[in-house]
Amino acid sequence: MQSMSAADKRVWLAIAGIVLLGICFLPLSQWLFGIRYTYTVRVVALGGALLGLISGALGCFAVLRRESLMGDALSHAALPGVAVAFLLAGRDLGLLLVGAGIASWIALRFISALLATTRLKQDAAMGIVLASWFAGGIALLAYIQSIPDASQAGLDQFIFGQAAAIIESDLLLITGVGVLVLLALALFWKEFKLVTFDAEFAGANGFQVGLINTLLSTLIVIAIVLGLQLAGVILMVGMLIAPGIAARQWTGKLHHMVILAALFGAFAGGVGAVISAIDANIPTGPMIIVVAFSLVLASITLAPGRGLLWSSWRRRLDSRRFARQNALRGLYRYAMSHGAPATPAPDAFIRGIGDRSAALGLQQLLSSGLVEKLGDSWRLTDSGVKAARRDAHSQRLWELYRLYAADLGLPLLPEDRHLDIRAVLPAAAIQELEALETLETLAGRRDN
Amino acid sequence: MPIAMNDQAPLALSVEDLTVAYHSKPAIWDIDLGVPEGVLMGIVGPNGAGKSTLIKAVLNLIPRAAGRVSFYGSSYEQARSLVGYVPQRGSVDWDFPTSVLDVVTMGLYGKLGWLRRPGRKERDLALFALEQVGLLDLVDRQISQLSGGQQQRTFLARALVQDAQIYFMDEPFAAVDAITERAIVNILQQLKERGKTVLVVHHDLQTVEDYFDWLALLNVEVIASGPTAAVFTPENLQKTYGGPVSYLQAVQALAAGD
Repeated sequence: MQSMSAADKRVWLAIAGIVLLGICFLPLSQWLFGIRYTYTVRVVALGGALLGLISGALGCFAVLRRESLMGDALSHAALPGVAVAFLLAGRDLGLLLVGAGIASWIALRFISALLATTRLKQDAAMGIVLASWFAGGIALLAYIQSIPDASQAGLDQFIFGQAAAIIESDLLLITGVGVLVLLALALFWKEFKLVTFDAEFAGANGFQVGLINTLLSTLIVIAIVLGLQLAGVILMVGMLIAPGIAARQWTGKLHHMVILAALFGAFAGGVGAVISAIDANIPTGPMIIVVAFSLVLASITLAPGRGLLWSSWRRRLDSRRFARQNALRGLYRYAMSHGAPATPAPDAFIRGIGDRSAALGLQQLLSSGLVEKLGDSWRLTDSGVKAARRDAHSQRLWELYRLYAADLGLPLLPEDRHLDIRAVLPAAAIQELEALETLETLAGRRDN
Repeated sequence: MPIAMNDQAPLALSVEDLTVAYHSKPAIWDIDLGVPEGVLMGIVGPNGAGKSTLIKAVLNLIPRAAGRVSFYGSSYEQARSLVGYVPQRGSVDWDFPTSVLDVVTMGLYGKLGWLRRPGRKERDLALFALEQVGLLDLVDRQISQLSGGQQQRTFLARALVQDAQIYFMDEPFAAVDAITERAIVNILQQLKERGKTVLVVHHDLQTVEDYFDWLALLNVEVIASGPTAAVFTPENLQKTYGGPVSYLQAVQALAAGD
């Protein structure tokens, strides 16, 4: 094994964090909400966590394929399927879900057909399908409510979700289907990754892109349909995409993202389900979404590398560094154009270069002893002159690097002139560049 | 005529009567093209001339209205392992969570086929390709952190691991830094020395003569194709780009190329 990189550590940190939060939730919920982990609540919690895990893992692909709203359309489209299945076969969870899946899948194919045969854009096609399928579903539900002996069917749980309805036999169904779905995901991992990243290249390499896309969409439909009784058709999209969005903030690797999203999903599903189980009147969907959204919010704010706190901190550091460099260069250039490196430069001149950043730069130079203030002007100290020369030398080497890097066979790197070239290139490359510099200087003298 | 040349030696690529239409408007029209083995060929033409469309149609990525394409005398299905492809850099989401090494390894997925996973051998091949494009320092870099030129070199490395006989590159020189441009030119030369055939969609008239020994001028139809020296003439450029303004530009480009 190679040693763990900083990025990998970050992922393990997030994984440890979410697992720890999950463990802490148990005593905390007993204390705060007075939840007692009876048999029923345990079933509900386990069911919620399993469903969250499955939809979190599959949802990553919906997010990466920019098909988040497709997930929304497909979950809404499941409703008429639930109603029709109920009318045909009565209240059997397995059959209701099969009905939901079929309706969703027909909607998926219908959207594809619309896109292939008409000039409709994807959002329009999805919008039409979402609204019409959902309307059909609502109408059918209203009809079912009007049938006398079906009024207790409780099908409205599919609109907002109701975790309390999960019973032990459901767990077996969820686990069975979930294992199959995740197995398929593992089996076709390479194909799913390739098609999601670059479908055109996959096609040019002989992969049947259409088939792989259909397979992946079908898995996403299964994840959506399974999650319906938990989150409901309206909010299922949140259950699908929120874990993936949160996970993406912590990692730049697909398999890390999927694992982390599965854990985030399990956390949101489990915790949301347990909280909503306190009272049968709390719908589970909104509860889960609140938890999932908190995870997204925390990740977007806190995640190292991509998070908001992190990037504003890095911007601050950058502007300090650039201000320091600019002030040093400004002083040195002024001094050299006036004869000697220790010539003092008037305050007004330096402030004219960078305005507020000049003050920021000068202050840093002053505290590290590179400049001194003489009345109304600034002068480089001995160490300041050394630092400025080093920087000027680095700039000169960068110029030579741009001109001759390819001819000398030096490693090809993006030029970042704010960095000291000696810290970027290997020592051997620096020696070659310095040899060139000496040659140029000699040639310059001979010309004069 | 390509058919006549077919009788002597199989061409690396032979295209006959290829037409592609979008919404009943032809994007490319009745293309005949014979590309001999071992040439570095530029495909040049104005915006909207159908340069990318030609490549995609040849590679079966978009439906053809008509036409036949053969690689070394066989169909694309039979010759698929001989073909390498570098799509336009902008065609993918560079914020996708994956590393440089991972993207390059994708070039080997086709050879692996269904279900088999890349292992150490694939890793070594990918690393070798990354060394050739000068990205060995960035193998574990997340692809969203790459510059445009580094992205282009990553795509190039992904095509190199395919170890194809004939390469199709869609605008590899578009908006890249000087270092990347030189790296790509070096790779093209190496491919040529190893007897590979390379077709490159290109937009910069000034470098055409330096980079390519074979040329096709395209504007919906093939205006001219053959050795660069014979094809890259002011008359042909005017036929391709049209109008007196572009004529002037073309002449200037010719002068600058000398």
